[in-house]
Amino acid sequence: MIVELGHFALILALCLAAVQSFFGIAGAHTNNTRWMEAVRPTVAGQFVFLVLSFVCLVFAFEQNDFSVLYVASTSNSQLPAIYRFTAVWGAHEGSMLLWLLVHAIWSVSVAAFSKQLPNQLISRVLGVLGLLSVGYALFILLTSNPFERLIPAAVDGRDLNPLLQDPAFLIHPPMLYLGYVGMAVPFAFAVAAMIEGKLDSAWARWVRPWTNIAWVFLTIGITLGSWWAYYELGWGGWWFWDPSENAPFMPWLVSTALIHSLAVTEKRGLFKSWTLLLAIFPFSLSLLGTFIVRSGLLTSVHSFAADPERGLFILAFLAICVIGALTLYAWRAPHFKSDAGFAGASRESFILINNALLVVAAAIVLFGTMFPFLIDAFDLPKVSVGEPWFDTLILLPGLPLLLLLAFGMHASWKKADLSKVRKPLGIALGVAVVVAIALPALVYHPASILTYIGIALAIWIAISALLDPISRWRNGHSLSLSMVGMSIAHLGVGMFVLGVSVTKTFSDDRDIALSPGNSAKVGQYEVHFQSVRNVDGPNYTAVEGEISIKDNGKEIAVLHPQKRMYRVQQNVLTEAGILAGWHRHVSVSMGDSLGNNAWSMRLMYRPMLRFVWLGTLVMALGGFVAALDRRYRRASVKAPENAVANGEPVRTT
Amino acid sequence: MKLRFLLPVIAFGLLFGVFAFMLHRTENEGYDPKLIQSPLLGKAAPSFRLPKVESPEQFVDSRDFAGQMYVLNAWGTWCVGCRQEHPVLLEIARQQLIPIVGLDTKDELPSAQAWLAQLGNPYTATALDSDGRVAIDWGVYGAPESFLVDAKGIVIYKYIGPLTMQVWQTEFVPRIQSAQSLPTKS
Repeated sequence: MIVELGHFALILALCLAAVQSFFGIAGAHTNNTRWMEAVRPTVAGQFVFLVLSFVCLVFAFEQNDFSVLYVASTSNSQLPAIYRFTAVWGAHEGSMLLWLLVHAIWSVSVAAFSKQLPNQLISRVLGVLGLLSVGYALFILLTSNPFERLIPAAVDGRDLNPLLQDPAFLIHPPMLYLGYVGMAVPFAFAVAAMIEGKLDSAWARWVRPWTNIAWVFLTIGITLGSWWAYYELGWGGWWFWDPSENAPFMPWLVSTALIHSLAVTEKRGLFKSWTLLLAIFPFSLSLLGTFIVRSGLLTSVHSFAADPERGLFILAFLAICVIGALTLYAWRAPHFKSDAGFAGASRESFILINNALLVVAAAIVLFGTMFPFLIDAFDLPKVSVGEPWFDTLILLPGLPLLLLLAFGMHASWKKADLSKVRKPLGIALGVAVVVAIALPALVYHPASILTYIGIALAIWIAISALLDPISRWRNGHSLSLSMVGMSIAHLGVGMFVLGVSVTKTFSDDRDIALSPGNSAKVGQYEVHFQSVRNVDGPNYTAVEGEISIKDNGKEIAVLHPQKRMYRVQQNVLTEAGILAGWHRHVSVSMGDSLGNNAWSMRLMYRPMLRFVWLGTLVMALGGFVAALDRRYRRASVKAPENAVANGEPVRTT
Repeated sequence: MKLRFLLPVIAFGLLFGVFAFMLHRTENEGYDPKLIQSPLLGKAAPSFRLPKVESPEQFVDSRDFAGQMYVLNAWGTWCVGCRQEHPVLLEIARQQLIPIVGLDTKDELPSAQAWLAQLGNPYTATALDSDGRVAIDWGVYGAPESFLVDAKGIVIYKYIGPLTMQVWQTEFVPRIQSAQSLPTKS
């Protein structure tokens, strides 16, 4: 009964979405105030019904209702309660319902926090969001209904994929979806602006906080995914260029470009048509990524049950959204004229280059992801495109992007004048070069030129990001939150690049045989195998090693890696002993007994690995802080030209 | 209308065209990206002789399996899908229906040994194909890939991507059973 209620609530939400899109778009078109006023209540109603629908599905999982096909195929009565909850989005059907729910959350937020926006604009935006809701809801009801009954009911469920029985899975998909789906908001704003034929700096100012927040969620989602891959897959890597990783990475790259380009459109009234295009891209690539991962055309870590019917539906939906928006763009964009010009080395130029490079990066990732697939389509000779290919090619746009970042942060709007910043940037660069030479020499060991460049760029970017707020603070100038946010985010870029450079270069892996009493070295640490004993766990027996980690002869930790034998299923699982810290991870896992009391062991040393995730989280923090800027919540519009002429501090992102 | 404003729609249009074409092939021509027609299907399995991962001083020779059906599973410690697939292989091995021969491709001995030690070993024997030559002979397109070879040494089925129990039950088991019920004439 509860399940049917959830099903019915979903159908009602679909009906309300249809009403929402009609009143939103037609109301704005005919300037019918009563129609436009009807839009917000439909958004709210749709949200309520979707929450109800989702809660019903959660309830079915909680109750172990194996008469529901989806529950029977993704859950099990023995599954701990918390994973019964996460199993709701553990496979295709439920995750689509989560997707739609997240879309409703975004829609209702836009409806609630848009009082200062012109009625027609917001009505069109909500209308476009409503159209997307209709598409999602139809997709779920027609091809992937999680409420479908299984008759007769299963005795027990098929269980959740063990890899997904991990705490990170509680939060990773919701975060990722908040980012993915949130890109629909700038998309809807762009479509609304194109229908209206009006795009001014006020429009850019309204879109900016939404884009920022969606980008923050996307960043956190990707970071959690990487962290999960590191811990759960457990073999020392944090990024594999898997299609399911590339899928969110592409919209991330273009939305990063959008954030920057929106700044120019707001401050200077430039790049209008370009910004529109960039506002269409992240959402398009989100859908494209979903299509690639879910249609079953590519295999990846996340293998969803492939179904050509679903693939066809997503493709049709994708084509309607993207081709529709881009056709509108081709028709309308030529009418959006820039308000002013700009000089060669101005901030506008740097942002334009930043945009171009980020788009190139996204294109590279798209090409690499699609490659196996293109080869099949055109029967080309088989060439492998894997991690090394991506690692190398991403440097082509990546290095210039990092190289120009410090200049871009300090260049002024409009004018090509870098003379004022030459000195501080020069000093920062000097410090960075010294660190880049000293760090490998003192702490690690000599490395390739690319490592030195990476470390130098990282330090240079980090210092440059801090220069501005520090000097402003010391001179008693005001600091807007969007400026603080920009500095924090760029500091995060520096930390990330530092982490990647160091961990890529100085990691150390050893696979060796050890007997108690023996030692081995990994990184600069001495690993001493002291003893081995048998221990009993609740549902397993294990062999446990006692391993002391020494740094310069001083013991800094004792690790207890285990090799467990689970009694019921006779599964052997290795539980690594991990010494985590801000500047390195050391992990020891036990392999097989080699006889004579010797054991095969895998030792891993990962210096500064945490900086990789910390860096991206700091970027996300920066995006969040910038979105809080009061300016975005003000109703009045200040002409961008005046702001510059008055000499008001406009060095904000 | 200027051409440059049309470029995005044209580019994405082409992309979707390719997608549609692929989906069309999936539905109408029985094309399955996980089941790319291997030129090997119906032909003799390539022979090989490679060091054995479990004890490198010994060799794994394709002739060791002459006269019996086996599954050749190409994998590598660098492959994420293989790690996902591994528990399924262990389960299949436990059923003892058919031997699974591992082909550890483009890999190093210590990593391969550590992998098997850590995750368990479903393979009857694992051949170390460190330079990937044998994988090329077999037309391995991406790992993991699983080939079903019959008692006459003919490749009768190929699956690309991580095996699941469902695939095993629906694709492999019926083929194995029908091949075993027929008396082999040779």
